[in-house]
Amino acid sequence: MSENSNTQKEALFSPQNRKLLSNPLGKDNPINVQVLGICSVLAITVQLRTSIVMAISVVAVMGLANVIISLLRKTIPPRIRIIVQLTVIASLVILVDQVLKAFVYDVSRQLSVFVGLIITNCIIMGRLEAYALNNKPWPSFLDGIGNAFGYGWVLLTVGFFRELFGSGTLMGYQVIPGFLYDLGYENNGFMILPPMALITVGIIIWVHRHRDRSLVDIS
Amino acid sequence: MTNRYVFLYASAMVVVVALVLSSAATLLRPLQERNMRIEKMQNILSAINIPAPRAEAEALFNQYITTAKIVNYRGEEIEGDAFEVELQDEVRKDLADRQLPVFIADVDGEVFYILPIRGNGLWGPIWGYIGLESDLTTIAGANFDHASETPGLGAEIADKPFQEQFTGKRIFDEEGNFRPVRVVKGRAPADDLHAVDGVSGGTITSNGVTNMLREGLAAYKSYFEKIKTT
Repeated sequence: MSENSNTQKEALFSPQNRKLLSNPLGKDNPINVQVLGICSVLAITVQLRTSIVMAISVVAVMGLANVIISLLRKTIPPRIRIIVQLTVIASLVILVDQVLKAFVYDVSRQLSVFVGLIITNCIIMGRLEAYALNNKPWPSFLDGIGNAFGYGWVLLTVGFFRELFGSGTLMGYQVIPGFLYDLGYENNGFMILPPMALITVGIIIWVHRHRDRSLVDIS
Repeated sequence: MTNRYVFLYASAMVVVVALVLSSAATLLRPLQERNMRIEKMQNILSAINIPAPRAEAEALFNQYITTAKIVNYRGEEIEGDAFEVELQDEVRKDLADRQLPVFIADVDGEVFYILPIRGNGLWGPIWGYIGLESDLTTIAGANFDHASETPGLGAEIADKPFQEQFTGKRIFDEEGNFRPVRVVKGRAPADDLHAVDGVSGGTITSNGVTNMLREGLAAYKSYFEKIKTT
């Protein structure tokens, strides 16, 4: 219940607000630290292109959902707040799905069920419940897109490595030169299977903790 | 907050959401339908191994597909626009009432017949297009898609490696008996012209493809005979 009580106007990008954006990228990363939203990371990171579209979709859904819930926060009856949150997320996801189908049909075909599954991405409801329900729209918006970016960069990193080593391409373009294949290099078929996404995320978490010692549990 | 408030709140929310979503769906419908038409053209062309990027699909379709017609199970031509036939409605009808679309392609003088088929996978419908060479026996190519098969398992039927197996297979044996391609569990014998490898972990989807091929192509038997005899 940390409603900002001071009446003086806070700068749009005050240090506190900047933290809302930057924390989820590192210290509070939804995937690396909170280990949320793993399901979609495994499913749609075979190619960089699908990862990018998924990341953008989640940024859109999370930013908007946080703002809408934050605007409604004083009117939402506590007893049905989860239902209201779900309705808002689900409607936004359906909108995103419809827009993808209309403008980037191929990508929408590849993402198939996973666009719909944004609804079940626990990061989104987690932020609505933990932040947007108690804070003003602007900080909520920053918190939403901050977390979505935190989710997005991990998604893109995993997608980058999986497509590079799994298919030898990036965004569908061949980047591993042909002579390497002549020398005996082969695409690693394992990379395009979900288990390798888990291992890639594991490596990212490892590197992340190596660089930020405060994350290491020393109990 | 009273119960009254909660009920009113929930009702208002539902109305607002319904309005927003239905207007978005209505506005975007024309664009989505166009995309689906183009995808259908891409799939039809893909059944005769013509890769068609989105931007060129319509032009390539008009260039190669010379005839699109509807026949009935006796092989007689009936009135209508073959491209607009919705197979999902047709497969529910009795065979006698079914409209069977045929797309005939002319690729540099070579004639191909492309037939749409539709069946059931594990979770939902599966469908596809089979391209036949002019002997109406050899498969030139196949294209499958699905609504909701399991990604990584049954959904593999929509991937190239599975579909490429069909090229060169036959749907009639040497005596001229109807013997469509089966999708077998595990590996199909290399010299079997009527079987392809199944999808591991996707046996029910694979069986769905087998049934779809048998039932879908059987409907065209009279039509095949008619063309072969003339």
